[in-house]
Amino acid sequence: MEHMPSLYSAAMRMTRNPSDAEDLVQETYLKAYRAYGGFQEGTNLKAWLYKILTNTFINSYRARKRRPEESDVEDVEDLYLYHRIGGNAPSSLGRSAEDEALDRFTDDEVKEAIESLPESFRMAVLLADVEGFSYKEIAEIMDVPIGTVMSRLHRGRRSLQKALGEYGLERGLVDVHPG
Amino acid sequence: MSDEVLDSAGTDDAGDELGEADCEETVHRLYNYLDGELTEERRLAIQAHLDDCGPCVDVMGFEAELRRVIADRCKDRVPEQLKERISQAIHHEQVAAGGGAPD
Repeated sequence: MEHMPSLYSAAMRMTRNPSDAEDLVQETYLKAYRAYGGFQEGTNLKAWLYKILTNTFINSYRARKRRPEESDVEDVEDLYLYHRIGGNAPSSLGRSAEDEALDRFTDDEVKEAIESLPESFRMAVLLADVEGFSYKEIAEIMDVPIGTVMSRLHRGRRSLQKALGEYGLERGLVDVHPG
Repeated sequence: MSDEVLDSAGTDDAGDELGEADCEETVHRLYNYLDGELTEERRLAIQAHLDDCGPCVDVMGFEAELRRVIADRCKDRVPEQLKERISQAIHHEQVAAGGGAPD
């Protein structure tokens, strides 16, 4: 059960509530246990568990809360946050000032920013940025072509920067005027 | 610095075609670079550009740091009773299946 912490965190981001997340993880483990005969030795166990988690989520939990849709997301320019945080730091302070600004985002802010993304973007970003899966693994887990993974990641990451930027703005971490 | 091996590809106007990426390509492929999802040729072209371009190094560093922060903030503690619940559920499966219940 070494993968349980990351599966549980992913389930929390997907379902957005602890009791559904617990049910989702339990169901995932039970399905994995029952299907273990079909698991091929040498393939990636963690990716296989994520595929079960993702399918279970899509089939059982998704219908409950399906907002926002991909089409609700406005496009955001490249380097959205960098231009509002990184661009501000005096160059003599270099990266450390920017790192410091990023470090001020709290757990809750980052989690809420991820949870605000449309589901397909959210899952792509979670699988890539939090879990470190390759594009090919994500394509298998989500059962979509690699090109779709790349476009969801691209848009998802930009929307995430926008969402974080809004929290940052409220707390004065981020400049209103991009520098 | 001992690893400045890309001299000929990376200087001035020489070899721009494949030898060194420009700022636009570097920003465009930034996440593919961080994801380790570029061909060796494109990766080296971007690396060559990063060896020369301070602003692009800053951007790359910022995005890498952002990703680290995102991954770091997204950890949730598994409730103790969930581990318990799952162990029990699997145990019941084993018993129901007849055979493999542990002693």
